[in-house]
Amino acid sequence: MDELIFFINRVLISGTVLGSIYALGAVGVTLIFGILRFAHFAHGDMMTMGAFVAFVLAAAMTAMGIVTPLPAGFVVLPLAMIITAVLALGLDKGFYAPLRQRGAKPVTLLIASIGVTLMIQGLTRLIFGSGTRTFFDTESKDIFRIDMSWAGGSRPISITEPQVIMFIVTALIVVALHLFLTRSRLGKAMRAMADNAALAQVSGINTALVVRVTWVIAGALACVAGTMLALDVALMPDLAFNIVLPIFAAAIVGGLGHAYGAIVGGFLIAFAETMAVFNWTAVLRPINGLLPEGMALPANLALVPTEYKLTVAFVILVITLLVRPTGIFKGAST
Amino acid sequence: MPLIELKHVVGGYGGAPILNGVDMAIEASDIGVIVGPNGAGKSTTLKAIFGLLRVTGGTIEFGGENIANSLPDKLVPKGLSFVPQEKNVFTSMTVEENLEMGAFTRTDDFRPTMDWVYSMFPVLAEKRRQPAGELSGGQRQMVAMGRALMSKPKLLMLDEPSAGLSPRYVIEIFETIVRVNKEGVGILMVEQNARQALAFASKGFVLAQGQNRFTGTGPELIADPEVAKSFLGG
Ligand SMILES: Nc1ncnc2c1ncn2[C@@H]1O[C@H](COP(=O)(O)OP(=O)(O)OP(=O)(O)O)[C@@H](O)[C@H]1O
Ligand SMILES: [Mg+2]
Repeated sequence: MDELIFFINRVLISGTVLGSIYALGAVGVTLIFGILRFAHFAHGDMMTMGAFVAFVLAAAMTAMGIVTPLPAGFVVLPLAMIITAVLALGLDKGFYAPLRQRGAKPVTLLIASIGVTLMIQGLTRLIFGSGTRTFFDTESKDIFRIDMSWAGGSRPISITEPQVIMFIVTALIVVALHLFLTRSRLGKAMRAMADNAALAQVSGINTALVVRVTWVIAGALACVAGTMLALDVALMPDLAFNIVLPIFAAAIVGGLGHAYGAIVGGFLIAFAETMAVFNWTAVLRPINGLLPEGMALPANLALVPTEYKLTVAFVILVITLLVRPTGIFKGAST
Repeated sequence: MPLIELKHVVGGYGGAPILNGVDMAIEASDIGVIVGPNGAGKSTTLKAIFGLLRVTGGTIEFGGENIANSLPDKLVPKGLSFVPQEKNVFTSMTVEENLEMGAFTRTDDFRPTMDWVYSMFPVLAEKRRQPAGELSGGQRQMVAMGRALMSKPKLLMLDEPSAGLSPRYVIEIFETIVRVNKEGVGILMVEQNARQALAFASKGFVLAQGQNRFTGTGPELIADPEVAKSFLGG
């Protein structure tokens, strides 16, 4: 029983947290690709930016002496999402839109987004320094422990309050996104433009508006994902830059331009990573008893050492590109 | 006053002009058919009207207003619709969603128009929940036309609506075009099946090298020995 509890704590819960973060980041990447046809390399830094926005708001709230039952990072999230969405619109207006108007190729936009990456990282270091911060200076992270002794477990299933809220927020966002894309006029116009931009224009769809909505959604979701990452780990200027690869892998595995694919891809990559670095000996220990005398499982039976976690996303990405380049769902990249 | 009038339109894709003075006039009751050799500028003419390339000379009057270089999101609400020759459906979206996209610029209730489109193409009503990419070529062409009709256009422009269709579907599409026209929608279309299309055209235009060569009613052009010899394959 303890083995199962260990697995739930280390794989199921961690994988779901990471999957939520990847999924929300990958949705933004995939939407931007679908509408604007370029790989938005600075997406990780947009997530970091969103996390810092949330951090500043949370700090301001605490400084004003406002105490809430929920972690401050979540309470300020709606406002932080709006601010990050506006910043994303600003990035587009300032850097990408002028290039598009001059008919720049996708690779030019990609390079511009690398520039934006450097700029955002530089600015965050300039303003906040390069140290690590936490949302939990003044409040503590509540941990729920679900007692499993009734099932013969000696340890509890433990999950932190931010993690529980993260699951709820992610689920709400996925449902809202689905309803937006399938029910609303603008959401359908967005799918139409990702499907066939020339025909969308011919249909009289306001493509400039669709582009703006794309940045608003991508920015808002990046803020949520970045804040979640910061709440789960810590806040630093290169917070999300380090997960750009798994996020792009998730978007590509799911089929570029395909929002649901990005969500599936995000969880897929996250669970693959989590399971690859998981020490399976902890779960398989009971079979030690079945092994012949003198034989035992090695102390560490992880497929990949933790420090090489990033290679997992890379390997999945390469396999996808070789076997099914359009992704799980047929993407817009064809 | 004609519904649309092109006066000496000059335009192209940035390099040398492709259109070197095109003249055309279409009434709401007209079916206008543009024919001509490959590369004559037929598609370019429709794109020029629809603001998809730069018009550098001449005027395009629609309902008395010069619309040259207006963009589609302004033209569609004014009553212009365009069915491109290729890639003219949203393949990943259902038939019904395709139709909805045609009504994007409308703020009123478009259900009656959708019912009208379905009555025109009953097979689409059956397939309304199916992705348009799964339909046959002929049915896709119906979706494309249906999408363009959803904005309740005064003028419907079609680029080779019969291209790649089997003879049975060619006849069906042409019959539908005539029916749409009878309901008060002016038609301006480009066709490779020139003889067949000119037969029901009230205005025919032979275009070559970006200029009008012959203009007349469809039957007149078919009867003209010179047109027949040079442009209709004898
Ligand atoms: N997007 C474009 N950019 C540059 N030149 C173009 C473009 N599209 C067409 N042209 C050129 O414009 C000229 C006219 O092309 P257009 O497509 O109007 O011909 P068409 O009469 O429709 O011929 P077809 O019967 O082959 O469809 C051709 O010389 C073509 O090469
Ligand atoms: Mg053509």
